[in-house]
Amino acid sequence: MPGWTSHEGRMVALPIENIDTDQLIPARFMSTPRSQGYGRFLLHDMARDADGSLRPDFALAAVPDASILIARRNFGCGSSREAAVYALVDSGFRAVIAPSFGDIFASNAVNNGLLPAKVSEAEAEALMKEVDHSACIDLERLEIVTGDLRIKFDLDPVWRTKLMNGWDDIDLTRDRADQIAEFRDRRKAGAAWAWV
Amino acid sequence: MPRPTTLLDKLWSAHEILRRDDGSSLLWVDRHLVHEGSHHGFAKIAARGLAVAEPSLTIAVVDHYAPTHDRDHIENAQIAGMIDTLERNAKAHDIRIFGLNSPYQGIVHVLGPEQGLTLPGLLINCGDSHTSTHGAFGALAFGIGATEVAHVLATQTIWQKRPKSMRITVDGRLAPGVGAKDIALNWIAKLGTDGARGHAVEYAGQAIRDLSMEGRMTLCNLSIEGGARLGMVAPDQVTFDYVRGRPFAPAGAAWDAALGDWAQLVTDNDAAFDRETSFDASEIEPIVTWGTSPEQALPIGAVLPDPARLGESQADMARAALEYMGLSAGRPLIGIPVDQVFIGSCTNARIEDLRAAAAVMKGRRAQVPGMVSPGSTPIRVQAEAEGLDQIFRDAGLDWVASGCSMCVGMNGDLVAPGKRCASTTNRNFRGRQGPGSRTHLMSPVMVAAAAVTGKLTDARPLLAGRI
Repeated sequence: MPGWTSHEGRMVALPIENIDTDQLIPARFMSTPRSQGYGRFLLHDMARDADGSLRPDFALAAVPDASILIARRNFGCGSSREAAVYALVDSGFRAVIAPSFGDIFASNAVNNGLLPAKVSEAEAEALMKEVDHSACIDLERLEIVTGDLRIKFDLDPVWRTKLMNGWDDIDLTRDRADQIAEFRDRRKAGAAWAWV
Repeated sequence: MPRPTTLLDKLWSAHEILRRDDGSSLLWVDRHLVHEGSHHGFAKIAARGLAVAEPSLTIAVVDHYAPTHDRDHIENAQIAGMIDTLERNAKAHDIRIFGLNSPYQGIVHVLGPEQGLTLPGLLINCGDSHTSTHGAFGALAFGIGATEVAHVLATQTIWQKRPKSMRITVDGRLAPGVGAKDIALNWIAKLGTDGARGHAVEYAGQAIRDLSMEGRMTLCNLSIEGGARLGMVAPDQVTFDYVRGRPFAPAGAAWDAALGDWAQLVTDNDAAFDRETSFDASEIEPIVTWGTSPEQALPIGAVLPDPARLGESQADMARAALEYMGLSAGRPLIGIPVDQVFIGSCTNARIEDLRAAAAVMKGRRAQVPGMVSPGSTPIRVQAEAEGLDQIFRDAGLDWVASGCSMCVGMNGDLVAPGKRCASTTNRNFRGRQGPGSRTHLMSPVMVAAAAVTGKLTDARPLLAGRI
């Protein structure tokens, strides 16, 4: 997975709270192998009529080439399905900007190169008014710039490192095998009951 | 004197292999539960040519796609394929699997505790957010995504930042007909679905001590719906009595050693939490959700909120939820007609839940169709031995096999568009039970009451003289 330091792209707004993972990708699509692409499933039941055609009033349809999504609080709450992140990434998104995120969603996002950028509610609302423009996101400065707006965002330092280097968790553990083996032996000796 | 510590502190330090300067901990995983949905994780390790590090600590369970009818002839190729993929991965990696035809098959968060695989003091991961259920035993249990599943498969460890600590104390006694589901929906309604975001919740207080293990599992299960990464109850005699003698529980000298270790799993007096909140159990009433988020929940005697009287952002959500649910502001919850009922899921399908629902249904007829899916095959067998299945069948409900079923609809058990379902499950999200489905979450007795009256009803009068 390639890392990234800055990204410039178009913004689109989804001014709804508590966008849960069941909305981001309904469960019925989750048996699909990743190689087939998940983009078409993004917000499927919000986006499409029963016959599968895209609704003209679907918020994301306003900017089909958007790569930055602005949303309201508690984005990605609900299940642990990483498929919710695949649907965003495969639709071309590199960042979601919101006042807060579901915990598991946010860590899944980072493991797939998608930035969960936390801003205040007022800042998210201000950005939603600028969706006609593109924005530039800088991971080094932790900053979003669009027009006259310059907004700082919160990001866990570990997550910043992972995004900038394109690392997922397995990459972080590569050099730790000895420490893991040592701990394993100690736990097996100290808490034999914990083994199956 | 050593600094007083919380249950979270103790569990965390018992599993911490190392902590980096940036605050990220590498933790040892004692149990990794996988299911059909873990296919992405297996595909990721295959792509990197990695093996499963600890096959004996990895347990596979068929639940998410498990058919509840006609298991011998799965017509849907996609569903059959999902189950087959898990079976092939389990075989290839030498992982113990509880398959569709195992007499112990069930929902992973029911099966783990039932088999004694879930124990106090363990760190338990599963690619499912309701892994928080296992915290009821005083375990560190949380759901993970597919990349993390791959990581645990390959290393038996997980990277985590320690969550903040939060204690929810519930003192006093619950009234008859009020249970763990109501404790959970009550706090989520008050604090919001992100009320505990970033926190590990420890439940404490007399009302929690008074809960059975089944009740504690329901409560910890729903912690994720309040945004918590995990929920926990310190183990006590109730826990030990539940665990003792289960198939995979330690026995003999190992049991004695375990009990010694488990007795330490308490929060010290004077230990500080990042957040504390408390509720009075005697004030909690049966709670029902009315909207499309678990926080949109009210006591059964309430009326639906008027968006015009809410703050701007809440008003938008409430308006949209009422429209989706086909409800109007100001109408009482009692009397809203339902089209069907569902009793099942990792939240409320244990034997105690089935007994409670059956207490309401005994000798009564359901006014609407519905399904009862026990949390596991052993629970189904036990319920049948107790005659509970007959009570449900006599009432007119379907008594079916075990799995995640209509909670998430992956196996094809769906609520049709526009239909309203009273459900013992955990999520009333839009489309959760099927596109256009309308879900009202509530306890098993409240679902049973909705079944026999055909509408949202206070179960308490129907329970009079029966509990």
